[in-house]
Amino acid sequence: MAEYLIKNGFVFDPVTGVKGDKKDVAIRDGKIVDSVSSSAKVYDAAGKTVMAGAVEVHAHVAGPKVNEGRNYRPEDKLFGTRVRDSKDTRMTGGFSIPTTFKTGYSYAKMGYTVVMEAAMPPLYARHVHEEMRDTPIIDQGAFPVFGNNWFVLEYLKNNEVENTAAYIAWLLRASKGYAVKVVNPGGTEAWAWGLNCLSVNDPVPYFDITPAQIVKGLIEANEYLGLPHSIHIHANNLGNPGNFQTTLDTFKLAEGYKTNNKFGREQTMHHTHVQFHSYGGDNWGNFESKADAIMDYVNANPNLTIDTGNVTLDETTTMTADGPFEHHLTELNHLKWANVDVELETAAGIVPYVYSPDIKVCAIQWAIGLELALLAKDPMRCFITTDHPNAGPFTRYPRIMKWLMSKESRDERLNTFKHADKVISSTLLAGLDREITFYELAQMTRAGPAKALGLAGTYGGLAPGMDADVVVYDINPEGPFTGEDIERAFTDASLVFKTGTLVVENGRVINNGNKRTLWVDAKVNENAQVMRDVEEKFLKYYSVSLKNYEVQGHHYIPNPYAIEVDATSEV
Amino acid sequence: MAKTVTDVICPFCGTLCDDLEVQVSDDGTKILEVYNACAIGAEKFLHSQAKDRITRPRMQQEDGSYKEVSYDEAVEYTAQMLAKAKKPLMYGWSSTSCEAQSVGHEIAEAVGGVVDNTATVCHGSSLIAIQDVGIPSCTLGEVKNRADLVVFWGCNPSHAHPRHLSRYSIFPRGFFTGKGHKGRKMIVVDPRNTDTMKMADVGLQLEQGRDYELLSALRVAFRGEDLPDVVAGIPKERIYEAAEMMKNARFGVIFFGMGVTQSLGKNHNIDIAIMVTKDLNEFTKFSIIAMRGHYNVTGSGAVLGWQFGFPFATDLSRGFARYNPGETTSNDLLRRDECDAVFVLGSDPGAHFPISSVRKIAHLPSVAVDPHITPTTEISKLHVPVAFVGIEVGGCCYRMDNVPIESRKVVEPPEGMMTDTDFLARVRDRVVELKAQAPVGTQSTAEAQGA
Repeated sequence: MAEYLIKNGFVFDPVTGVKGDKKDVAIRDGKIVDSVSSSAKVYDAAGKTVMAGAVEVHAHVAGPKVNEGRNYRPEDKLFGTRVRDSKDTRMTGGFSIPTTFKTGYSYAKMGYTVVMEAAMPPLYARHVHEEMRDTPIIDQGAFPVFGNNWFVLEYLKNNEVENTAAYIAWLLRASKGYAVKVVNPGGTEAWAWGLNCLSVNDPVPYFDITPAQIVKGLIEANEYLGLPHSIHIHANNLGNPGNFQTTLDTFKLAEGYKTNNKFGREQTMHHTHVQFHSYGGDNWGNFESKADAIMDYVNANPNLTIDTGNVTLDETTTMTADGPFEHHLTELNHLKWANVDVELETAAGIVPYVYSPDIKVCAIQWAIGLELALLAKDPMRCFITTDHPNAGPFTRYPRIMKWLMSKESRDERLNTFKHADKVISSTLLAGLDREITFYELAQMTRAGPAKALGLAGTYGGLAPGMDADVVVYDINPEGPFTGEDIERAFTDASLVFKTGTLVVENGRVINNGNKRTLWVDAKVNENAQVMRDVEEKFLKYYSVSLKNYEVQGHHYIPNPYAIEVDATSEV
Repeated sequence: MAKTVTDVICPFCGTLCDDLEVQVSDDGTKILEVYNACAIGAEKFLHSQAKDRITRPRMQQEDGSYKEVSYDEAVEYTAQMLAKAKKPLMYGWSSTSCEAQSVGHEIAEAVGGVVDNTATVCHGSSLIAIQDVGIPSCTLGEVKNRADLVVFWGCNPSHAHPRHLSRYSIFPRGFFTGKGHKGRKMIVVDPRNTDTMKMADVGLQLEQGRDYELLSALRVAFRGEDLPDVVAGIPKERIYEAAEMMKNARFGVIFFGMGVTQSLGKNHNIDIAIMVTKDLNEFTKFSIIAMRGHYNVTGSGAVLGWQFGFPFATDLSRGFARYNPGETTSNDLLRRDECDAVFVLGSDPGAHFPISSVRKIAHLPSVAVDPHITPTTEISKLHVPVAFVGIEVGGCCYRMDNVPIESRKVVEPPEGMMTDTDFLARVRDRVVELKAQAPVGTQSTAEAQGA
């Protein structure tokens, strides 16, 4: 019986409502418990901050486009390449697109214990799972993309929600996926002909359906199934001046739907990396923040959750299933462009990008990301991300926390931009005095994302019975501390327990943990039409046979954690 | 009676056909017949049934003869060789599964080896070009469903990837291509009048080694600028004609092969071919795909990528991953005497490397893991035969468009034969033991820095 007691830390836990009280956290056999015996190993956390393991709701960390990014950017390995920490760890490399080992270790060192891979092309699901298998410590799930899938387009054109749901259930099982991801609905299919859908009403070539119909249909199918997570959307028109209107149009598509799930999830739509979708103006010259309009809507509508997509002002590698956007970007910055169109399913593009503090637009993007979090009235519905690696690498989370938690630190950054005056006049940031508290940080990085993912009973909190993912940070929340102290403390945690195993001690990885792969096993009534359609599409249009499609086997998912959903009904 | 195994994956070329049917004897030990495969693929399955197949490791003696040894002895010899070496070259990896590659990388990390795959003498130049300018690409199913213009440049799929044309690129009827080959135009560029060229709507038989000029001329033609009367032996009218066809395609694709990757210009040829593709995306939709050779060379690049960040030529000898083609590539290491042991798995450098490199292998401590007898096994000190991946054991393989497919086990290997994953896992465990025992001062750089 493995028992640990973390004594005397300042505990922040939204699940139990503890706001910085000095408390002990007890662990037995991988779970949080009320108390442990006197033989428990004791760790003294006096003067330090204690939180649950953090939950990453959206990052591109495994799969074909991430790996193409690694392989086509040897220059990304010039910095951040390291020998092994210890005999039990592997060598690491890469900055914006780290190797799988570095991904696992870096997240763990920051106290993250669950990470969701944000976009899995189903045809490449094996690749995603192989990479997740080689990403140590952290529990992971992957979101297969549905927004440009031919089955979905054809069913939803005819409003066949039940068939869509049956297909989703089938594909989640075949790809061992976790949630319904939607990227530039319809636009990526249009991209197969070099076109795009820039508003929710642009028709998709040939399929004769609009992005609005796709999104509404997928919400209905998602709730029909009662999946743990809501649909997870990246709307049309990403990255363009004036796109906030498209974003609001997309938000409004979720109005009127009720959630249906047994996991405690309250939202019907999660919109990701909203920073990229909150732009005003109509060209790069009058480009400005519309974070206020966006957050007014989000604050007023509890059926929505968002993540920020904070720009970190680094050289990074953008990658998305929004194929037309990446082509647009390479035309803009003339850096090397990779693209893959995936038959019947999706596409992806990759372009390196330098977010320079000397470029006005980049600095405005930086400000918008922070504004979203600072304007959020409910930190349980606004999560911190960088859309890794799109707005910056996830390893910069501690720096974002610094900017959010210290007005002084972010003003110092804001006021020293090359075009500081223009940036300040195009954004709201200078007028925002809010500093995110430790408790709000725990909401935005732990309890909030866990709840939105339908995992509130397992992750993101310190209530007895939950998984013992516990982190101790070397910072005294009662102060005094500077912004730099925040960044340092959240970069290298003092202690990280993953399901009750000590994996990080004083910023060093000491154990590869007990990594699990999360996927959703949704049961639906037998659906002969969908199975016939699946067989026909594989026979005629796929380049692999149906029997060679499903991801199965120990070497892909050695330690599965299947979440069961029963959507069968009496006929 | 016999049973038929369906949806079998062909472990030969990068086309990775997954629709083979194999008839197997009732006891599951013999392959009787192979359906749907090309001649090369079928032969690979049937060859595994050869009566004179080597089923136990064998050590070369001083007089050139062979002595059979046990797998235990083979594991010990291999582990000792790798553990003692300062910078062993671990080459091949293209004809095996991703699981085996992964275990091989663990060994390389423990001993400070250099991992290189067959791209080093094949599409390595393509990988370098992609690092320079990116790559707009698509899966083979997209070609099948959408392409109305297909360009084969410096490749001859009729012979090298025999089912490519019928499964993906020319003949199949896809979703938007219901007329099959009648709805597709085919352009072939090659200095030889190949069997693929003979099928082309437009065949451009260019002067050998002038690919860069012709690709550059296409970029000029796309922009409507003036060309000299003849470029690379092709009259300008034909270049303008080809350029117009490409611009007017609805969905086009360029497939390219060793004719451009390993001829004069190398990565620069691919560089400009990719820029041609990128240019075409101003007018329409265009992709470019490398005709990868071995059935899992793409997988080797993928596994190396996610584990170390580079697609080939990955030097782990300093305790962290380095990549510098020209320095960390196999032939350069061999010819400069920079490696002191050679481990080969899933490839045949004896047949494909320059003789100056092959001589070096012959004079070094060397182990070749291969189901066949090959020129490489003949010059290696130890030959370890293993079960055929994709026939006698399954495992993940990556098609030329990076799509991963799980290969199937169809029959049992001959009794007592190891798979390459099993063999590598035992070597890894033994290497770790040996490294733990090594007295201070004899550790590899990796160990010393890691500790």
